[in-house]
Amino acid sequence: MEHYLTTPLQNEDIQKLQIGDKVFISGKVYTARDAAHKKLVELLETGQNLPFQLQGAVIYYVGPAPAPPGKPIGSAGPTSSYRMDPFAPALLQAGVKAMIGKGPRSSKVISAITSTNSVYLAAIGGAAVVMAQAVKSSKVIAYPELGPEAIRELEVENLPCYVAISSDGQNIYER
Amino acid sequence: MRTIDVNILTQKVAELCQNSNFYIDPLVIEKIKYFRNQETSQLAKNILDTLLQNYQLAAEQKMPICQDTGIANIFLEVGSQVQFTNGDVNQAIQAGVEQGYKLGYLRKSVVSDPLFQRKNTQTNTPALIYWETVPGDKIKLTVAPKGAGSENMSRIAMLKPADGKQGVVDFVLAAVQKAGGNPCPPIIVGIGIGGSFDKAALLAKKALLQPLDSSNADSRYAALETELLQKINDLQIGPQGLGGKTTALKVNILQQPCHIASLPVAVNIQCHVHRHQTVEI
Repeated sequence: MEHYLTTPLQNEDIQKLQIGDKVFISGKVYTARDAAHKKLVELLETGQNLPFQLQGAVIYYVGPAPAPPGKPIGSAGPTSSYRMDPFAPALLQAGVKAMIGKGPRSSKVISAITSTNSVYLAAIGGAAVVMAQAVKSSKVIAYPELGPEAIRELEVENLPCYVAISSDGQNIYER
Repeated sequence: MRTIDVNILTQKVAELCQNSNFYIDPLVIEKIKYFRNQETSQLAKNILDTLLQNYQLAAEQKMPICQDTGIANIFLEVGSQVQFTNGDVNQAIQAGVEQGYKLGYLRKSVVSDPLFQRKNTQTNTPALIYWETVPGDKIKLTVAPKGAGSENMSRIAMLKPADGKQGVVDFVLAAVQKAGGNPCPPIIVGIGIGGSFDKAALLAKKALLQPLDSSNADSRYAALETELLQKINDLQIGPQGLGGKTTALKVNILQQPCHIASLPVAVNIQCHVHRHQTVEI
């Protein structure tokens, strides 16, 4: 099955997704990796405002290459998701609906996915130019000092991914 | 003696950092096409097709194949008849890395301190430099940017000599199984056997640089390469860990003598974005 989804995501968007399905995401997605995740969770724990609205949000685990002249972004494929496992449950509980990355997730993340009706999407690691082509604009909205690890708001059109862990806990890495 | 200006090294390193990130090893394309035709999973075929499409787009647009443009591994084989002029060799190489990553719009992925500050150096330096002296008056320069996704999945074991071949097979399979979808399969598996704790790891890294259409010169090790490739692909991890037959494209082994009480084995995993370029100066 193929699905075309627009952010922010709704519960109905999530429920129809089965592992192995191809999903094309359009709208705003937010980039965050290890260092940014640590900061976001600290903000949540201390009750401070976050740099973007988490409700229905899609977080993409990517540290893009610098944009060459005339392009909105450099190569932008997914990074390994397991490094974000310690932080992901808190973000899902705060409203994030989908995470895009690559590789398996911990059992705690899978439990958080099912209890919050969210989804984990896998993008193809090393297909970074294909992914960059779906990015129409990019702006740093927090932590510019982190360089490639800064939080960026991306406007994407049909960003291609596969459903890897569905909201009912089906896991493509364990089948 | 032959005199070589270190600025030539700077220029070549800068060029190779960019080219290795833009242009995939043609043997990777050949291997992926071969395995794609063996695949029965449609999802696996689709992923391999996307990888091929991505290599083509990267080359056409001079964009890095992967956003993780790696830490630069620089291998130098320097002829004993070579004398450098015009500066320090190490500085010249680091300058080449800095230039290459800047001019090529490559990601800077090096932090100055591994544990505490972890501040990005913004230049992708320092690069990792491996130096060997060889007979002659030439330099063989290899630049191999290595991403962390696959490097982080690499493993080393100090086996007992009694563990023998089966011990090596079990350890390599366990390493690949544990890595699963993380190192962006299809992968290339470099294995170093013998030497010492550190030498085995370096052998494994050098094994990755052996051509994908070559085999170990010793037929026993060549047979082990074939056996391991088959067993790895029987694990059904598949492209990106989403299932299928194509987990590894090639297994390369390098071995060297070791202590009577040791059997060091290192497994260095390389993602499909197998970046390496060599020039002779």
